[in-house]
Amino acid sequence: MTYDVVVIGAGLAGLTAALRLAEQGQRVLVVAKGVGGTHLAPATIDVLGYVDRPVESPTQALPEFAATHPGHPYRHLSVELIRNSLEWLKGRLGELGYQGRLEKNFLLPTAVGVAKPTALVPQTMAAGDLRAGGRFVFVGLRGLKDFYPAYLAGNLVRAALPGGASVSARAVELTPPLSDEGDVTSVGFARHFERPEFRDMVVRELEQHLVPGEIVGFPAVLGLRRAREVWQELETRLRHRVFEVPTLPPSVGGIRLFESMTAALRREGARVVIGTTVSGAQRDGKRLEAVVAQTAGRPRTYGARSFVLASGGFASGGLQLDSHGRVRETAFDLPLVGVPPAEAPRFAPGYFDEHPIARAGLAADEELRPLNVEGAPAFENLHAAGATLAGAVPWREASGNGLSLATGYAAASAILERTS
Amino acid sequence: MPALETDVLVVGGGSTGAGVVRDAAMRGFSAILVERGDLAVGTTGRFHGLLHSGGRYAVKDPVAAVECVAENAILRRTAADCIEDTGGLFVTTKWDDPAFGDEFARGCRETGVPVEEIPVPQALRLEPRLDPAISRVFTVPDASLDPWKLVSGCARTAREHGAEILTYHRVLDLERHGDRIVGALVKNELTGEEIRIRAEVVVNAAGAWAGQLAELAGCKVTVLPGKGIMIAMNHRLVNTVVNRCKPPADGDIIVPIRTVSVIGTTDTRVANPDELEVTQTEVEEMLDEGEKLVPGFRQARALRVWAGARPLFSAEEVTDTRAVSRTHALLDHAQRDGVDGFVTITGGKTTTFRLMAEAAVDAVCTHLGVDRPCRTHEEPLPGSEERRFYWLGSRVRAREPVPQSEEIICECELITRDRLKAAMARRATTNLDDIRRTLRLGMGPCQGGFCIYRATGILHAFERLDERAANASLLDFLQERWKGVHPILHGDQLRQARLDDWIFQGLLGVQHLSNDL
Repeated sequence: MTYDVVVIGAGLAGLTAALRLAEQGQRVLVVAKGVGGTHLAPATIDVLGYVDRPVESPTQALPEFAATHPGHPYRHLSVELIRNSLEWLKGRLGELGYQGRLEKNFLLPTAVGVAKPTALVPQTMAAGDLRAGGRFVFVGLRGLKDFYPAYLAGNLVRAALPGGASVSARAVELTPPLSDEGDVTSVGFARHFERPEFRDMVVRELEQHLVPGEIVGFPAVLGLRRAREVWQELETRLRHRVFEVPTLPPSVGGIRLFESMTAALRREGARVVIGTTVSGAQRDGKRLEAVVAQTAGRPRTYGARSFVLASGGFASGGLQLDSHGRVRETAFDLPLVGVPPAEAPRFAPGYFDEHPIARAGLAADEELRPLNVEGAPAFENLHAAGATLAGAVPWREASGNGLSLATGYAAASAILERTS
Repeated sequence: MPALETDVLVVGGGSTGAGVVRDAAMRGFSAILVERGDLAVGTTGRFHGLLHSGGRYAVKDPVAAVECVAENAILRRTAADCIEDTGGLFVTTKWDDPAFGDEFARGCRETGVPVEEIPVPQALRLEPRLDPAISRVFTVPDASLDPWKLVSGCARTAREHGAEILTYHRVLDLERHGDRIVGALVKNELTGEEIRIRAEVVVNAAGAWAGQLAELAGCKVTVLPGKGIMIAMNHRLVNTVVNRCKPPADGDIIVPIRTVSVIGTTDTRVANPDELEVTQTEVEEMLDEGEKLVPGFRQARALRVWAGARPLFSAEEVTDTRAVSRTHALLDHAQRDGVDGFVTITGGKTTTFRLMAEAAVDAVCTHLGVDRPCRTHEEPLPGSEERRFYWLGSRVRAREPVPQSEEIICECELITRDRLKAAMARRATTNLDDIRRTLRLGMGPCQGGFCIYRATGILHAFERLDERAANASLLDFLQERWKGVHPILHGDQLRQARLDDWIFQGLLGVQHLSNDL
């Protein structure tokens, strides 16, 4: 079978490109080595959170940021396009109820009590917004080793908030019954929260501890598939506003995002194949004809008119650094930029310093096509999206999901424009 | 200013100092040990974990070999719980001269190292990852030795015999009355408090730092720190200590210890034992040498690199005829420099730490004019009473009867919440790096990516730490970890490190905690 587009990678960038193309009637195949960064990252869409200081408005900060970071992927994207990608996501994933605008960042507490700027948040996290201040109570669950509400609250009350907003915060710990289970993960707790009797017990225990007007922060474990119902029920029964705080992977919020995206893809008739590593290309002059994928049984080729490479950076295995200091792009051996010479240091001695190799990745043109060493598109029908692109340090900029969403959206737009 | 009085003041909390304070306390002396950091953070905690059979020194340094043979046997009897009885191999690779094997076997026999040449196929069955092109293989009783267990065991026995162990206490000055050292002025590094300690004898067990301490007594002791780097590789690439059968050189030993294998080492003279930089060239050399023993070594995950400073005593300065051997040096400064009440014990190696301690405390006895025999060669360390060697599967075995019964805070090293809390209480420390050495917290493949946030939260609640102190503990751990990670970061370990970046910086935003420390 021949596809219109083959997308490599099932993180947010690949899924975004695939869904946008599929909903426009393209026949789409997604091939990926595994599930992507969605399962590791919080489900918030951070577009630009920090440029030296916290960013209040990405709309206002982006033009100057792009101008002063010439190698950054945002350099290729207009503010208009980024805004469109956010609105598109809000419209597509109704069941997650994404809220927010590019004009104003939310400020959400992290699990260590840092007020972190982010542009779009799922409905279940929105009440955690710190900008207007408020009285917060964070709920610990005995048996959940990935959330420490007292530590969070202690840091949060000392956090400096813009406009002098005033926040009070405290912690309560509940002891939900886990029968004989002893080491329950976030996902395990999320499943418990989908059981009515578990919620009953949580509500009964918690309501004794709440003071009217407090906003209640849970770890992000309030259900997997029916998270909004769980959240809604807790708000109604507790008669308090309720929100989730993302914590260590596996990310329950991220899994919901992945499930929503892939369900939408299937509805649009796209195919998603996980467990298949792409490691080669068949080319015809300047065109990519097919990719070679290592499936369980044998190598297979998948042909298409266009391709999107969204295999991720070092974290996902899209880029690899070997023990001799050589860096390669793992699917097609595309040339990379931002790689320090073999004998030069790749990392700085301070953990929080800027590391020379941090921005390594693919250089791309305005249509996000990876460039060859001459600076021309490596293939005229190959586009790249997400963390495989050079120029960003997303975990520091707080730009991860925003970059993936916007570049995935942009790659799809470029393909749609070329094929229309 | 608070003041303490003691018979023996030991300076230095490595294996030597811990051995001295234990030996002294067991012989009935009152004793205090001061260490500027935590126990075993200097050279002892930074060695490759090899309990020498003596094989390595059999040709070049027979005196050292003979000492190793004796001490190896003693530690197997008295410190079994710190030892994994891996056994050792000396292997002739295609880069080594096969004739050296004869010289090696002769040296072993002359020094008493139990040695046996075995057929190559047998060795390959034992260690299938070894290069099949090896030509000769000898077995020796090498083993791996857990330095933290060893030192904390010594400290525990010393305390049980009434000694005081003061970690995070730095010596500011030695007090001299005329030609006699009568004690020291020390500073508690955590509280800033200064304490005067009066002592009959001060034992300088500061290892690579011994020269700096001797200077405070007005004595010149030249200890040239010899830097050795080591890399911990994920998994047990070998289950036996593997040595190259050739004159000792760089990167020629792989030691399987706990869940990792450590390759070492180098030997570079450095000026300052506190400034041990790891260079790219040294890392490359280790990996290349590893490849010669275990093909594919470079594809394994390198978890962490560190450097230790060997205390290399400049022998020509030994005027004391009682200097026990070329391997370690006992300096009685009364005879040597006319400074009474001050003894330096330096040089040596962890395998012979007990012998060094014995020599030092014998000297103390002479000073105090008493004759009390040493018992450390027969008295077992706590946990080793039954002479049962440490076994890699012990943590799994402890958990197996009650699967999933409690939360595992560090999955790599199977550390439960209760165990972590117990260690925090016992160590009375808020320093996560100290907990790391106690439990191996964060020493596995993810290098603390998951457990350090959890441990910080537990520390905060359990020790009732204020947030600033908890934040400092978290951030210090991350920086300390990075020091050992960045020079070797590549391959899958870089993937892991990038995931950790996403967790700490992307998800938690810990870098924004530092602003208000």
